[in-house]
Amino acid sequence: MFSGFMVNAWIVASLAAVVGGAVGFFVVMRGASFVAHAIPNGSFAGAAGAALVGASTLAGLGVFSVGGALGIGLLGRRSRRDVATALTLVFMLGLGALFLSFSAENSEAAYSLLFGEVLGISSNEIGPTLVLSALGLLMLGLLWRPLLLDSVLPGRAPGRRTLAIELAFLLLVAITTTMTVPVVGTTLIFTLMIAPAASARALTARPGLALLLSAAIALMTVWGAIALSYTTNWPVGFFVGSLGACAYALSRVAHWSSGG
Amino acid sequence: MQALLHAIVEPGFFADGAVQIAATLGGVVAVVAGLIGVFTVIRSQAFAGHALSDIGSAGGSSAYLAGVAPLWGFVGISVLAAAAMEQIGVQRARGRDVATGIVLGVGFALASLFLYLGMTYHNSSGEIPTILFGSVFTLSAANLPLVIGLGAVALLTTLTLYRPLLLASVSPELAAARGVHVRVVGAAYLFALAITVALCDLTIGAILSTALLVGPAAAALRLTDRPHRAALLAAGISLACTWLGLLLAWDSFYWPPLRHGWPVSFFIVTLVLAAYLAAGALARGQTKRG
Amino acid sequence: MELAQPPTAPLSDGGAATTDRVLQLAGVTVDLGGRRILDDVSFSLRAGELTGLIGSNGAGKTTLLRVILGLLAPTRGAVTVAGPDPRHSVGYVPQKFMLDPDLPVRARDLVALGIDGHHLGVARPSRERRERVTRMLDAVGAGRFADTRVGRLSGGEQQRVLIAHALISHPRLLLLDEPLANLDLRSAREAVDLLARIAREQRIAVMISAHEMNALLPVMDRVVYLAEGRAACGPADEVVRADVLSRLYGHRVEVIRAGERVLVVAGEGDDAEPSHPHHHDSEER
Repeated sequence: MFSGFMVNAWIVASLAAVVGGAVGFFVVMRGASFVAHAIPNGSFAGAAGAALVGASTLAGLGVFSVGGALGIGLLGRRSRRDVATALTLVFMLGLGALFLSFSAENSEAAYSLLFGEVLGISSNEIGPTLVLSALGLLMLGLLWRPLLLDSVLPGRAPGRRTLAIELAFLLLVAITTTMTVPVVGTTLIFTLMIAPAASARALTARPGLALLLSAAIALMTVWGAIALSYTTNWPVGFFVGSLGACAYALSRVAHWSSGG
Repeated sequence: MQALLHAIVEPGFFADGAVQIAATLGGVVAVVAGLIGVFTVIRSQAFAGHALSDIGSAGGSSAYLAGVAPLWGFVGISVLAAAAMEQIGVQRARGRDVATGIVLGVGFALASLFLYLGMTYHNSSGEIPTILFGSVFTLSAANLPLVIGLGAVALLTTLTLYRPLLLASVSPELAAARGVHVRVVGAAYLFALAITVALCDLTIGAILSTALLVGPAAAALRLTDRPHRAALLAAGISLACTWLGLLLAWDSFYWPPLRHGWPVSFFIVTLVLAAYLAAGALARGQTKRG
Repeated sequence: MELAQPPTAPLSDGGAATTDRVLQLAGVTVDLGGRRILDDVSFSLRAGELTGLIGSNGAGKTTLLRVILGLLAPTRGAVTVAGPDPRHSVGYVPQKFMLDPDLPVRARDLVALGIDGHHLGVARPSRERRERVTRMLDAVGAGRFADTRVGRLSGGEQQRVLIAHALISHPRLLLLDEPLANLDLRSAREAVDLLARIAREQRIAVMISAHEMNALLPVMDRVVYLAEGRAACGPADEVVRADVLSRLYGHRVEVIRAGERVLVVAGEGDDAEPSHPHHHDSEER
């Protein structure tokens, strides 16, 4: 389980989990689950498009997740944010369907993009993933206070600043997406961002601790998922989704029994 | 003129049996989705609607695994998921967000498992794009009565609840003070939404069906300020996008690069987005003049 | 105004003096989550009178309104609303709420929902119905923006539409939760005058909750003063007195009259805390 190519998977997955869990803290704080679902899911088109033109998957994911983030941020200024998110998402997915129909790729490739394929991670993905996770954590550190303030008391900052904070947050989600897709697939990233953070929020009231706890729960979820997937041969995404939901359910029970 | 018409409508479009069935089924679903979608947008439940449709992929794949018609899988799982969301807490806006996300995560987890099992044991890889992205051209006429029946159930539920639902969407507090059971009304609407989403799943695919549900309704809300008119307009836009999408897909059969046609769902989604953006531009033009 | 005089249905205890009694609370006590929110509250409201429900934030005003609306059952005590159909003889205007500007609901549509919003099915449009709505909107001075989306109206305009929504079903009692918060001084005065006129002309009981009573003083017939879950009620000059309010708060307070204004402030001595949140002053916002 820890030999050869699996080492790559462990490293990349751990990095993805830590960043995903940390960013997820803000996703839950800002009530942005839909965005956290839409950006990764829509970036599927990027991967499909990259395969079509022969570019690297990571580049395709990056371009489309940043594009999706900008689309949501800018469209959402003028209209309801949930509608803007939904339409950006389905448009990107529509493009994905188109690219998929162009490339004569078999649907197993589509499947591994949608639901993840840990075993397919190669050692040359470690470099970009390390850079991206460093970038994500750095952004998170720099934006910690303004993001926290804007999440607790939205709309207090002047209009332009609010937009800047919103876009920075969306970019954070895009970065997380780009590095996490190869591990858990486009559809289950958002579980990694929401379930650990929602669990952490139920367990502690301190923001800093909640963020660390969220990253830790995400790490545990991913480790457990990879181990289970390795032994059963069932898809990683399935275990990420189920373990995430279990963590959330347990945290609710803990929260409830402690009288909160 | 004749030549232009020929270029737009490839010969044979209206005569083809698959097209006729697709146009009828797609039309019914489009109208239902447009009408019901208005409330989805007013109630800010776009995420819930999208989650239900995504979860539908688990239903579609499990139905395939069990050898049942996909529509039953879509309907069953959507209704189940709607009930779960209602239970976890759709009352509060923030709670709803997380509740929807968690249920969606579980749905996807199941979808990934069922699709995997389907690929492994049934060698059914061809079904995946169909479940996820829909293929209205492959539907058979046998689906028609069922689709119409389910559409009618969803429409009747929403029409019956029309006034209390509208009031509760404007202000739950105001509705409760009038003796409306806000939670019951909300749950019943979620049920109608689940059925509608299942129908959309069938025609344009589980992960794209949000387009029909949310797009036309959001466009209509920008154009009119009356609730009835918004619902009818949404149904019209939705129908137009679907039929035009079918036509373009038919036309695209000889388009590059592969010359086997572009996916219908892509056209529908793109047209919906275009309609939404156009409605926004139109509304802004109106406010500037008025 | 278009509303007919509501038929006077006698309360169960009958009697000439009580025929216009619209609402009666007897010993209402509410415990929520182990805390006593309302403690033995009794008062009654009469048709044609405007009553102020005064108390600082957290004094239990909203809870009291919810009890009257039947949304919350009291732990002890009884609430009697006159009329054959108590639930629909109470009109309610909630605290200002944020509406989406794209909500496709015009002022006219919201008022029409006041006629039969709780009924199933779609309303059949008719000229008579339309005219009834128009008359109602005109009566509250909202005719100008009848065809504007409610989400695009200002706070004061939304308030008028909500009042029309509540009045169109001929209630015998109109409850308003903090209608003056968020209104500028002029709009607040207009709203108060409108409500006083409605109470007088249509013979309905109007109860306005507020944390600040000065805007209501010129028109208020009676006051229900809530503090620490207890209530004192009667005409304003009998209730807003140092001895009555001190008993209510459980510590010494002073009532200072400055011209038309009244200020209730924590008194000297005793256990009065200067930070106690029952400082009432019209300039506090």
